[in-house]
This record gives sequence, structure tokens and C-alpha cells, in this order.
Amino acid sequence: MAEQKQFEPLIIGFTCNWCSYRAADLAGMSRKKYPPNVRLIRLMCSGRLDPTFVLKALKGGADAVMITGCHPGECHYLEQNYKAYRRYILLKRMLKQFGVEPERVKLIWASAAEGVRLADEITKMVEEVRALGPLNWTAVASPNGDHPVQGGHPIHLELKEEAVA
Amino acid sequence: MKYSYYPGCSLERNAGAYHESAMAVAEPLDIEFVEVNDWNCCGATEYMALDLLPAFSLIGRNLALAANQNSNGNNHLVAPCSACFLNLSKTDRYMRDTPELAEQVNAALAAGDLHYEPGSIRVRHLLDIIVNDVGFEAVAEKVNKPLYDLRLAPYYGCLVVRPVRKTPFDDPEYPTALDKLLKTLGATVVDYPLKAQCCGGHMTQIKEGTALEIIRRLLKNAADYDADAIVTLCPMCQLNLDAYQENVNRHFGTNYKIPILYFTQLMGLAFGLPAGKLGFGKEFVDARPALAKIGVAPPKESRKKRDKKALPMPVMPEEV
Amino acid sequence: MTEERIGVYVCHCGTNISATVDVEDVAIWAGKELEDSGVVVSREYKFMCSSLGQELIQDDIKEKGLTRVVVAACSPHLHENTFRTACDKAGLNPFLCEMVSVREQVSWVHTDKVAATQKAKALVFGGVERVALHEPLEPLSVPINETTLVVGAGIAGIQAAIEIADSGFPVVLVEREPSIGGHMAQFDKTFPTLDCSACILTPKMVTVGDHPNITLMSYSEVERVDGYVGNFTATIRKKARYVVEDVCTGCGICIEKCPAKVIDDVFEAGLGYRKSIYRPFPQAVPKYPVIDTESCIYFQRGKCKACQIFCPTQPNSIDFEQEDELVQVDVGNIILATGYDLFDSRRIPQYGYGRLANVFTSLEFERMCNASGPTNGAVVLRDGVTEPKSVAVIHCVGSRDKNYNNYCSVICCMQSLKFAHLVKERAGPKTEVYNFYIDMRTAFKDYDEFYQKVLGEGVHFVRGRVAEVTDAARLPGEEGKIIIQAEDTLIGKQRRIPVDMVILSAGLEPRADSKEVGHKFGISCSTQGFFTEKHPKLDPVATMTEGIFIAGCAQGPKDIPASVSQGAAASARVLGRIQQKELALEPVRASVIEENCSGCRICNTMCPFNAILFHEDRMVTEINPALCQGCGTCVAACPSNAITGTQFSNEQVLAQLEGLLMLAVNGGRVLEPEMA
Repeated sequence: MAEQKQFEPLIIGFTCNWCSYRAADLAGMSRKKYPPNVRLIRLMCSGRLDPTFVLKALKGGADAVMITGCHPGECHYLEQNYKAYRRYILLKRMLKQFGVEPERVKLIWASAAEGVRLADEITKMVEEVRALGPLNWTAVASPNGDHPVQGGHPIHLELKEEAVA
Repeated sequence: MKYSYYPGCSLERNAGAYHESAMAVAEPLDIEFVEVNDWNCCGATEYMALDLLPAFSLIGRNLALAANQNSNGNNHLVAPCSACFLNLSKTDRYMRDTPELAEQVNAALAAGDLHYEPGSIRVRHLLDIIVNDVGFEAVAEKVNKPLYDLRLAPYYGCLVVRPVRKTPFDDPEYPTALDKLLKTLGATVVDYPLKAQCCGGHMTQIKEGTALEIIRRLLKNAADYDADAIVTLCPMCQLNLDAYQENVNRHFGTNYKIPILYFTQLMGLAFGLPAGKLGFGKEFVDARPALAKIGVAPPKESRKKRDKKALPMPVMPEEV
Repeated sequence: MTEERIGVYVCHCGTNISATVDVEDVAIWAGKELEDSGVVVSREYKFMCSSLGQELIQDDIKEKGLTRVVVAACSPHLHENTFRTACDKAGLNPFLCEMVSVREQVSWVHTDKVAATQKAKALVFGGVERVALHEPLEPLSVPINETTLVVGAGIAGIQAAIEIADSGFPVVLVEREPSIGGHMAQFDKTFPTLDCSACILTPKMVTVGDHPNITLMSYSEVERVDGYVGNFTATIRKKARYVVEDVCTGCGICIEKCPAKVIDDVFEAGLGYRKSIYRPFPQAVPKYPVIDTESCIYFQRGKCKACQIFCPTQPNSIDFEQEDELVQVDVGNIILATGYDLFDSRRIPQYGYGRLANVFTSLEFERMCNASGPTNGAVVLRDGVTEPKSVAVIHCVGSRDKNYNNYCSVICCMQSLKFAHLVKERAGPKTEVYNFYIDMRTAFKDYDEFYQKVLGEGVHFVRGRVAEVTDAARLPGEEGKIIIQAEDTLIGKQRRIPVDMVILSAGLEPRADSKEVGHKFGISCSTQGFFTEKHPKLDPVATMTEGIFIAGCAQGPKDIPASVSQGAAASARVLGRIQQKELALEPVRASVIEENCSGCRICNTMCPFNAILFHEDRMVTEINPALCQGCGTCVAACPSNAITGTQFSNEQVLAQLEGLLMLAVNGGRVLEPEMA
């Protein structure tokens, strides 16, 4: 049985304690199924997210990172999710310069009531990352630049100003 | 200010007064209208009901011609007739939102060596440019014969305020742009509730009885509020209310004698231009008795003794 | 390798977890594979949260000398406290216990058992790596000031103030208007009992005015709030009344003699007049009048002074030189009961309010019915004289409407029924009354019985949203009337019903400045603009900010009994806090390592709670642990790594991350990641 096992992306998700973690809990309570490729880390607030965490995750073997938080205007700590958003925008630019596909890091706002929606977003992201293939960070960050990225699509160089989910 | 100008079929014929007066007031307001070369009929409301693609293509041709003519960078196309205005802006919007439609229309236009890029023309109504681009202050400056004592009922009709656009230039239920303009001209504006109600459109050709009832309601309402004249901004509305007024009187036994005028005509009068240049005399219901009411002095602010028993009315929000 | 001794406990949760995750496998795996990470014992049990489950942990702590505990079970939002307390009882600091959710995040959402078990193992790995770096923490203790600030003296605020004051603790009650009473003072009768509103309200108002424990600051507004729970400092602006309260006897001669009359658009809802020096209503508390400088002849033109001339007191009670006063009060807790604003019916031009004379809003009609209102309680048309022969009451004006407010304003159906009844009572039973409704929402005690009573009075109910209120008559019977056009959905026909008078049951909206007020106090508003409660079901009077409570319509539209209940609930919460004398705050905080701080001040702008201070002399930043809410944004912002956050430090998060990345999704270990 030498069939090629389907690539299973490993995605790290950072959630905020108040909205998005509760959304994940709600997805669980609603028994809404989603793929097991995402592993969540709970932070108190999306504002706690140091962009270094994202880089360390990607370097450490994650194929993608999902950042979640309360909707703008609804942050438990009033405005910290705006700061998270600012960091996220800058981070995306930096990743593009590294040669990492922008689709690998995604920001999703989810309120505590949006369990099903969060589950759907996770499902969508898993498929998107699966199509991109494994990240293989060492190849990406290689100083010579002559290691091709294994599998997946060629790197998109235009950063589409995507709407935040 | 230079604008591309699309008169439409009515302004050539039965709404000649609208065209004449619009040209006449353009000069004092420093507006130059450059008529679209070789424009064609917009299809009014009929064609859309018949066959959509040719209808859109017909209108698309005008847009393409206007775009070609866009010589001074001002991509605004002014249409005085509400139906033309609606057709032009609708077609542009649909072509923008539905690429398939744009493809088909452009395929049709290609037969005449024309092409229209959706979004390259911004369609405006004549009232819109006077109220927003010229501004009330500039209009007020040119008023040297204010229309004192004249009670005018502004009539918007429906096509200029509905359907609700992404950037509406006035409220769809309770528009006030024309009210404010007439006030700037010194007239007393009659705020009657049916000012944005449909005039019946082409119902006069389809089912005259229904149309006459609709027209009767409008005339009655304006009369109930003691209007001396109704001021319109659409040739269709003007035609219905004016040309069919006698029919209404005959049908219902009423005796309305309300002249129906275009707002540009009133503007011209207020600017002191001679009535002959403003298309007066072409209307069915004679405007002269109403115009004779124009006073020379502003109406005296009567110090009405406050009725001790009456409860005060709520104050409407200040118009912005 | 760590020196910590970690215990791992994996719960079956009956079959909730074990049906999908191979719990035994996870427990065995953890015991074996995570030995290097410090795991000395790994167990699985059917119900970890049960007392037996907790005892498993407690026994292991004592016997095996555990220094850290990881429980893999349900969501920490459910049982984190349970396990923390269990550890605490066994002598282990509660913050050395970490919960990993393998139920909501794994067993309930995945179907592939192999993948689910693998994910559970990865999560446990993450938890184990993390907990090794946890520090023991003690909750922060702050003293609680006994005084309470209640903002807003409507019925909810009054109730809250009285409850706290009766229990023997001081209250500062701040009210923006010259008198307390709020909207309830404007009403005539209250549903369903048809009690006279003023009769049931004024005794409470008098109690507030006389209570030795209540400091009433009327005609005042809170300008600024500093501090944190138990220790707030509020700066309150006492607006100048131009009347000296110590001397004024409330005789009212100044009001009588004042020649300036203006429309009262606050208390009389624009339907009546008041003088320039005025009391909002006869039973106002406090009784001192107020001069409205905008309309006062003296303040505008320098003439008159009639009030001063006729004032009988010695010395004179009128003081034109009086100025606003800023007062600072120290309080321990704050209750916001700022009430609602009525939806502005002029926004719906189809309903004719403002253009058609005989269209009234609900508040206008309340004032009309009120015996001390502009018509002395007579139901008449705008001319002040004629009684209407037919009246229409329209429900849901500005509510349940995508174009204005989506929500239901709760009280309008009952209010509309009340109006129907009052019209019949005042204008005569022969008066035709039509109620246009979408649904009849008469839910609470005695409400539906009230509906049936009104039905019995011969009121006509038309189920249909009103399309238009107009005076454009079409038929002879409509001349001179106001015509309501609506679809009667129960018969499926359009109806045009001519009436003499229309009453609009306008919706309840949040106060126009609710966002600014929320910001002042550090609480947030929902998308509709009402204050956000901590939990809509289980905690409707608390907010996310410790020490700030909300009550009444400021939290959402509600009727008087509910407002009273919430006012009482908020006061009970506050009293509970005061009794404790000290409050324990969760020690999730940030703190600055001074040696590492370079004084760049990037973090200074990050804090919405003003917890970050900068010491100019030493050029370092300090964080006030009591104000800090523990969001961690400053921790992430610091470029020098000078700020750490307890419970969520960089090292802890990165350790958890490392653990999560150890296992591939579909089995097997990932190559050792380089986590430099």
C-alpha cells in the first residue's frame, strides 16, 4: 500500500479568551464538525499576539497560522484588537518579503456567538492550505534561495488587499 | 463648469420649454452644456419592458458617445429628464455590476465602432448639478426678481429619487432639494405629502381611467394645500399633469387650473430673464394668472398671536 | 529537562470524550513519552470534575509531590475554577494547574478517531510544556470603598440607591436633569395596573431626597472617572442652577413671575411650555428651580431679574453669579442607570410626525394624558380644544425595522394598549380606536389579561404594518382626516382608515451619548448602542469591567418591573462586594522588568485602561497592577522584552506552541523543530 497519503496541513490557531475561544467552544457544543488540522492556543486577547509567535509557529513546522479575535468595536479590552490588526497587516507584508504565501496567515474576527462560522472558516482554511502544500520553512528562508518550495503553487508575489473575514 | 448634455427626445419637442429655460439659466450660472453628438432616444420606459438587451444597448450607445466626447476631463453627463436620467444611470450601474452584460452591450456597440467602459461616465440629473455643484448660495446671488407671494408646490415624481441609489442625492420618501431651491428663489414652498408620488407615467396610454385618477390625486393635493403652481423636473410628469388636466376636470367634474412649470423656468423668472426666453406660453394650463401673483415686496412676517389653547408643533430638524 | 513533577489527567467525560478520543491511549502515551518533559503520573478517569476525580489529583499532589497539574477535559471556561480550587485545597497553588480542552475542541468536533486522538495528544503535549513554566500566583487584594456612585436617577437608579442606602452604606446619586424621576415621571398611568405613575414614583423620590445616606447631586454630570474597582475617583460637574439651595424654600414665586416662556422639549416632550426659571414638574426632587440661560432675559439681554426681585427669602435665593462646581468623590463601585432616549419619529417621514398636526409620539401622548400636563389630562387634538372621534395607535415605530432599529422595544405593545384604553376613558367609549400591530407582545404577569380587557372595550386591532399616514384624501369620507393606509394581513386587503388623531408608539433607543459615557466608565456598548452586560443570560447587571454595573433601560429596553429588578440586582451585587471589604482580582497582569526597559514608551499608548505610567525621572515605564486588566497588548508591543505577562508570558506561549507542533496531524512525530 504505497499510496501517497494526502498532505495534512498543520495549522496553529491563536484565539482570544473572550470571543473567539468561546466561539470555538460553541462550535464544540453545537457539535459542528471541522477538520482536525487546527490546534488552538488561548491568549487573553488578540492584542497579546506577538508577531514573533506566528513566525516561530511557521518555522517550527506549522504550515499556516490562524489569528482570531473579537470583532472591531467589541474587544473585551476595548480596542486591543485594532492593535492586533495593525500588527497583522505589517506581518503579512513581511511574510511576502520572505516568500511565504500570504494565504498562510489569516485573521478572522469571530464573536462568541459565531461558533458555526468559525468552524466553517477553519474548514475553508484547511483546504486552502492543503492546496498550497507544506510550507517547508527552511527552504523558504534559505539564504541561497535555490531550494524550491516543495509541492503546492508558486509563490504569489502580489499582496491582495484581502478583506478581513 | 462644463458638462456633457443629453437632452432626450422630450426636450426636443413637447418639453421644449424645459430645454429653453435650462439653456437660459445656464449662462448666468456659468454652466456650459455640450450636447452629446448624435445621441439617440433612451427608450423611455417602454423598451426595457420589451427586450432588455437591445434596450441597454440603445442606452449604452449614448454613454459611449458621451465618453468619447469627454474632452475636458469632466466625466459628468447631465440629463434633465428623469426617465433618461434613470435609464442612463441604471445602464451604467448594471454594466458595472454584471460584466456579462457589459460584454454583450459592448459587442452590440462594436457594430458601430463604439465601446463603453462601465463607470467612465457619471450620470447626473439637472437638479442635482444645480443644487450640489452650483449650490444654493450661487443661485441666490443671481436672484434679482424674487418670486415673493408665489406658492409653489415642488413635484419630484418618482424616477429621480427611486430606486434608492448607492449614493442617493435626495431622500427617497421625503426629498427636499427642490423645496430648498424654490425657497432660495424667494417663493413660498408648499410642503404637500404627494410630492414624490408617481404621476402615472405612460398609464395614460394604457389605462386612461386609472391614470386620470392618479393625476387627479396629485392635483387635488396641491390644490388642497393652496398651491399657485406645481413645479416639476420631469417632462413626463409635466405632460401628465398639464396636458391631461382638462381631461381630469371633465372626467371628475373638478375645476383645477394649476399651471405646471419646470423649475428652470422659475429660476429664469427669478433671475430676471424675459418670460419669452423661458418657454412660457407653450403650457396647456395658462401660467399667467399664477405668475401675476408674484409680489414686489417680501411677504410680511405676520406677528401671529400665539393661540393660547393650541399645543406646540414639533420642530422639524434643520435642513443641512 | 524540567525539574517539575507534572501530573496528567485525561477525562472520559462519560463517553463525550472517550467516544472519539482514545483516552486510555492518550494517558499511557503521556506517561511514557512525556517523561522527559516532567510527567511523573498520567491517569484517565470517567469524570474528572466529580469529587472522586478531584481526589485523584489531590491524592497525587500529596503522595507524589506533584508540582504541576494538567487536566485534559472540557473547556476551561467550565471547570478551570473547579480544578484550580481542588489543587488549592491540596496545597498546590491554583495557577499551577492548566486545563486542556479535548472535548469542545476535539471529541465534539472531529469524526476521525485516529486524528482526534493524535490532536488530543498534541494538545496535552502543549499543556505539559506550558505548565512547567507557570509561576505560583496570588490573587491581588484591593480594598473596597464603601461609597457607591449611581449615575442616573430614573426608577432603576432610584431603586438601586435606596437599596444600598437602606443597608447602611453611603450613595452618591448623580442626575443630569434638574430633578430625579427619569422618564417614569413623565408618564400618566403605568400598565397593567393603571397605577398613576407619579403616585408610585414620588414616594421613592421623596425617600431619596430625605435619605441620610444618599447624597443627591442633581443637575450634575460625571465628567471623568479614574481608578479601578474598589477605588474609583469620579469628577462630577455640578452645573450652576443660579439658585442658592441652602436658602431657597421652593415657594415657586420666581417661576410665577418669570415673563419668559419657552417650549419645554425635555419633560413636556415639546407639547407644553415652561418658564425660563423652572422646575421640571411640581413634585420635582429637589424642589429648587433652575434658570435656563438660553431663554433667560437677564442672561441674554441683561434686563428683567424678576425672579430676584420677587424672591422672598433673606438673603436672596437667586444668584446670577453662580458657577459650575467640580466635585470629586471616591467610590468603590459604580452603577450606571442612564435610561433611554425615544426614537425620533421624524426619521420616518411616511408617518407624518412633524408635518401633520395631529400625529403625536408616545411621550407626547403621555404628557397629554397626565393631569399636570399641558391639557390637564384631556385627550384633544393639536388645537388644544377638539376631542378626537377616532384615534389610531401605531405599534413598532422605529422598532423591528431593518431601516431603523432591528430589535423589539419590549414595552410598546403594552403601552399601545394602555393608550387605547386611555383614549376610551378620556375621549369617551364611543371614540373609535384602531391599534395597528405586527404581533401582540404581552408576555409578563397580568399583561395578557390586560390585552383581553382592552379587546373587550371594543378597540379595533388591525394586524399590519402601517405603510403611510397621510392627509391626502381620495374619497369624500377622508376629507379633513388623517388617513392610515395599512394592509390588514388577516383579511388580506389594503385598508384606508380615516382618523382624527394618530399616536406613534416610538421605540426605545440608547441615549445619544451612550458611547461616550461608556468610554468614560470603561465599558463597551453593543452594536445597537446599549451597554454590554457581562453575560446576556447569566449576568445581565455586571459588565466586563470590575466594579461597574448597569441597570434599567441603559442595558436594553424593558418595562418598569424589570428596571426595578435590575436596579435591585445591581445594588445587591454592590452590597456583596462592600461586605467583603476586600476584593480578590485575578492575577493575570503585566509587569515591567525595569532593568530591561529602555524608556522607548511604545507601550504607553497601548493601554485603554490607563494602567501604564511613565516615570520621567527614571525614564522607565511602570504598570499599575490594579488597573491592568491583563490583555497583554503591551507585552507584545515591547521591543526589549521588558514586559512580562503572568499566565501568558512569551516563554509559556512558545512552550505551548512547541508542544503543539511536536506531533504531525496524521501520526508520527515531526522532525525536531528548531525553535531558536
